[in-house]
Amino acid sequence: MKGGDALMTESLNVNVDRRDGLAVVYTEGYINNQGGEEIARVAYKLIDEGYKVLLLNLGGTKIVNSIGISILIEIIEKMIEIDGKLGFCSLTPTIEKTFHIMGLAQYAPIFPDEPAAVLQLRG
Amino acid sequence: MRKVTLALPMVPEMEIEASKTAMAIAESMRMSPDRIDEVRMAVVEACINALEHSHASAKEVFVTFEVLGERDPETLRITVRDTGVGFSPGEIEEPSIQEKLKSARKRGWGLKIIRGLMDDVEILSGTEGTTVVMSKMR
Repeated sequence: MKGGDALMTESLNVNVDRRDGLAVVYTEGYINNQGGEEIARVAYKLIDEGYKVLLLNLGGTKIVNSIGISILIEIIEKMIEIDGKLGFCSLTPTIEKTFHIMGLAQYAPIFPDEPAAVLQLRG
Repeated sequence: MRKVTLALPMVPEMEIEASKTAMAIAESMRMSPDRIDEVRMAVVEACINALEHSHASAKEVFVTFEVLGERDPETLRITVRDTGVGFSPGEIEEPSIQEKLKSARKRGWGLKIIRGLMDDVEILSGTEGTTVVMSKMR
């Protein structure tokens, strides 16, 4: 049952890996309004710490909603303001399709996996 | 034809229950995993729209799943109905990322996402509420 366990998760777990100027934010669970707010809290903290290159690895997220994504748009706006870079990787096909429907990929590139994303975002 | 209707309370994350039912029914139709995911996402968005925008006094949303097909299950039709104040679908401006990045209001994507993920979408809205009818071929 694809994604079945993720649907049972009511809260989102967020972890961060800080790497020499680039931070990878890992999510696990449902990105709804609370999940989006948690990602934003972590992202703004990283920006305050001086990180200008962020990668959101959504490999542990099987479902999102538009309220959660609207908060991700706020983060994209912030990254544009500070002349930083934000990318996404490891999306499910449906989340990637949804991001394309919304046009997010125009402002935050989508990569198939983390190594490809890190290579491009560091470039 | 098989038909199931859920009456869900308008509480946070009720959309997950509707999504789980959509997934189970789509799996029983042998829909592909990616298309099932698209159905789940569309159901989540339709339920959230009802939760956020209907301003209904009756605190329930009704989600009906119908499996259509002469011999084999061919299409999953999902109807999400609220009894809220309704709106004029034709007056809703399609959101764009360029506008949203400049705007304080980042929300308002639900219908665009639903239309992008499902094969056919119809919205009926009036003073007695809003009904979103959306279909996905197997």
